[in-house]
Amino acid sequence: MKRRYPRAKSKTGQPRAARKASVKTPKRATPTKRVILMVGTRKGAFIYYADATRSRWRLDGPHRLGEIVNHVVLDPRDGNTMLMAARAGHLGPTIFRSTDLARTWKEAAQPPAFRMAAPGENGRAVEYTFWLSPAHRDEPDTWYAGTSPPALFRSEDGGVTWRGVDGYNDHPIYSRWNPPDMGTPDGPVLSWVNVDPRDAAHVYMVTTGGGAFETRDQGESWRSLNRGVEANFLPDPYPEYGQDVHCMCLHPRKPDRLYQQNHCGIYRIDRPSDQWVRIGNNMPREIGDIGFGIVLHPRDPDTAWVFPMDGTTVWPRTSPDGRPAVYRTSDAGATWTRQDRGLPREHAWFTVKRQAFCADDCDPAGLYFGTTSGELWMSPNEGRNWRCVASHLPHIYSVVAATVP
Amino acid sequence: MRVAIPSPLRSYTHGRDEVTAAGATFAELLDNLDHACPGIRFRMIDEQGRIRRHIRFFVNREQVADLAQALHADDEVQILCALSGG
Repeated sequence: MKRRYPRAKSKTGQPRAARKASVKTPKRATPTKRVILMVGTRKGAFIYYADATRSRWRLDGPHRLGEIVNHVVLDPRDGNTMLMAARAGHLGPTIFRSTDLARTWKEAAQPPAFRMAAPGENGRAVEYTFWLSPAHRDEPDTWYAGTSPPALFRSEDGGVTWRGVDGYNDHPIYSRWNPPDMGTPDGPVLSWVNVDPRDAAHVYMVTTGGGAFETRDQGESWRSLNRGVEANFLPDPYPEYGQDVHCMCLHPRKPDRLYQQNHCGIYRIDRPSDQWVRIGNNMPREIGDIGFGIVLHPRDPDTAWVFPMDGTTVWPRTSPDGRPAVYRTSDAGATWTRQDRGLPREHAWFTVKRQAFCADDCDPAGLYFGTTSGELWMSPNEGRNWRCVASHLPHIYSVVAATVP
Repeated sequence: MRVAIPSPLRSYTHGRDEVTAAGATFAELLDNLDHACPGIRFRMIDEQGRIRRHIRFFVNREQVADLAQALHADDEVQILCALSGG
């Protein structure tokens, strides 16, 4: 069956990944910024650069070709430091660091690793680092990393050395929070570390077998934050913990508001309440509210986007009916609007992973997603129009947008 | 002794497919190798001292099962990457 893709035509015959895409310039764009897209794939990292019009993208890469790259993140506090979570098919996990915007990379001296176990104990080993994020803006050079098996690590020297956050990793009920068989096909993971911009010690994060967690003392103690969130794969569908959170984001302008895309639906919480509200119930019934990612508007706490995927029957986790679309809410989840202009009309079975859907902070905001089939799509105008920026990339694990002066 | 390095690890040896290293045991050899090529050990040995799933060590073409195995100066060491899928 023919796929109808409304893409720009190639005049050069270059591979899509190296070709520049043309996108209509939004009127409100601020041209002083540069936008960087960091794409982590199963076969290396690819980095795209554009000015704030986002009309043309320049590819830099691949970086670490052949390594499995789960996440590449730029430190917005210095605009230069970039960390990459990588492993290879044969080799163990590590972190690569760049302090010159990806021109050169150097390996971390001490990547995330558990402590040596006592004799006779079956000690844990990090399989791979899945998540990287800078800590609070008042803690320069401090980063968090989330791994598989689920564990939280912290670096205070820009990612050179890492140590475990013992309050979580060695919690007395760690094994109940993290059943070994609950997670992604690549194993259970810890991710989506969100630091409260008002308080560096107040941190949220999620795991695939425990749900959402919160600390108010920088990781010394933790509590689950899952009230009202369904876990329909457990005997008690509303347990204290055990949920599978795919993605959770705190709004930087309204830090008491968080959204999550869960294995079972889409939720919002407004602290200090501990009760999540299933805003996914307001999605069209035929689309449902299953997916991996949720993206927040950089300025408006009431606006968010999801990328629904088919969670019926045997859970294909592809675009419902083969017709990809994002859904936008502008009223904190009360209503949702389909946005699919420019996306394939049919026969497009996209899967977009939890770290592969993001926004930049331009005005209007740009949206980006990468598919497991190696296509990178972007909207320069908050989802109204979509354009394929690159195809033929490897399986995409993550897409992260950043802006630098 | 001579140590054969597989292609996935040659970024640590400046592209060399063979290096010279010393050690009374295989564990000591790996420590010395890591001193000369920082980071190489952790990509072969996890934090619990276990050989990673797709790494194999051979001494004089016999597979190493125990890192405490004694070595001699004229031993020939091979580090190999086992099949790991696509």
